[in-house]
Amino acid sequence: MTREEAMQLKGKDLIAYRTARLFQDGDVVNLGIGMPTKCLDYLPDGVDVWVDSENGVVGLTGAPAEGEWTDPNVVDAGGKVSKLRVGGACFDSFRSFGFIRGGHIDCTVLGAYEVDAEGNLANWMIPGKTAAGMGGAMDLVTGSKITVVMTTQTDKAGNPKIVQKTDMPLTGYHCIDYIVTEMGCFAVTPDGLKLWEVAPGVTPEEVQAKTGAKLIIPENVGSMIKDY
Amino acid sequence: MAKSKVTTVEEAIAKYCHDGMSVLLPGFVNVGVSEVLIEGLIAAGIKDISVISNNTSVPHRGIGKLVDAGVIKAITCSHIGNNAVTVQKVVDGEINLTFVPQGSLCEKVRAGGAGIGGILTPTGLYTPMMDGKQVVEWDEEAGKFKFLEGEIIPDASKKRFILELPLHADVCFVHAWKADKMGNVVYRRTSRNFNEAFATAGDHVIVEAEQIVEIGELDPDEIMTPGFVVDAVVQGRALTEA
Repeated sequence: MTREEAMQLKGKDLIAYRTARLFQDGDVVNLGIGMPTKCLDYLPDGVDVWVDSENGVVGLTGAPAEGEWTDPNVVDAGGKVSKLRVGGACFDSFRSFGFIRGGHIDCTVLGAYEVDAEGNLANWMIPGKTAAGMGGAMDLVTGSKITVVMTTQTDKAGNPKIVQKTDMPLTGYHCIDYIVTEMGCFAVTPDGLKLWEVAPGVTPEEVQAKTGAKLIIPENVGSMIKDY
Repeated sequence: MAKSKVTTVEEAIAKYCHDGMSVLLPGFVNVGVSEVLIEGLIAAGIKDISVISNNTSVPHRGIGKLVDAGVIKAITCSHIGNNAVTVQKVVDGEINLTFVPQGSLCEKVRAGGAGIGGILTPTGLYTPMMDGKQVVEWDEEAGKFKFLEGEIIPDASKKRFILELPLHADVCFVHAWKADKMGNVVYRRTSRNFNEAFATAGDHVIVEAEQIVEIGELDPDEIMTPGFVVDAVVQGRALTEA
């Protein structure tokens, strides 16, 4: 994808494009169900990643084509059948989570209900509602080398998804390294939440206006679309 | 002379299962689930069971069949989102639900099967998963752990862990790709999932195998669960659709 093409990306595609540029060639990555798997559509040239799935497999490559046979015993973390690349490996759940907690996964990408400036993540339980469960998310955000949250800047009602301090039940405490939205890319630092980059045509002030936390805004904020 | 443990589903259920029992049900959504044994359990009318599983499959399949049958009184698992029937029964108070993070669930069962008194994990610290559990902190100076008492203020600089206690159950249903007649098991691809750990933590272990082979046909190095932990082997069926 050329830089000019990338400049045209919007919404979830832009978020996926930028998030994929946090991966290093050869990384083992765990991608949450939904938007995070979109990162694979936007891998930069020369970057090959190994997709880990917590149900005990590394090397998933996504759903088979219509009519293509694959082994129904190979599924992703959503229970959906997936292809497995040459060099892939299967293992049992306790070793899978040993790899996860033990720091062997390079990058975990997942969505959020709410995140905060301290790097706290809430993505499994809304008070007053029956939760679907955390699955492997708590282990993943605890053990991965880097945790990235992909989210829209605001919820459907327009409320910021990034707040100063969330009071929702946590998935992980101080676990997030980066947050990527359609408006910007943020880094959690010891001093607070830093606006690292902005989307094309978006100003830091506009990002701040839709963020519920005080941002650290450097003098020269970068662009989410650049030559990587 | 190695003895065959091959039996019928009906006999295995009659011998090892009873009302009010606890049962370990490995599987991930629809893969690696012992559906034939689950159908046998329902046919035998066993009820009021406590299930330890990662999730409850999708509606009307696998563990979802037990949910439909109304025979589950309690579930310990990490996720029910794939099965709206389970969610409704939890909301209605028909099923008593306990969530455990997936990695902790697996380690708790592994500890239960391995004679370990509990495990220390950082997973779940400062989340609702910490509620009611013991938390330890490593004291570098003293060179030992101490148990924290009272309200725990989050502090990322401290080396803290939740003490997760072991889990085991009366029975475990294992789903094998191949098993020989004495219960040596080989799992296939991601259907392995929780089967290997869970197979160690049931007082009685029943294996349903897609293929039952003669003793000696499996290479000792490919066997993932050794037959000595298995009580019975029954004929299962292959998964045709995830």
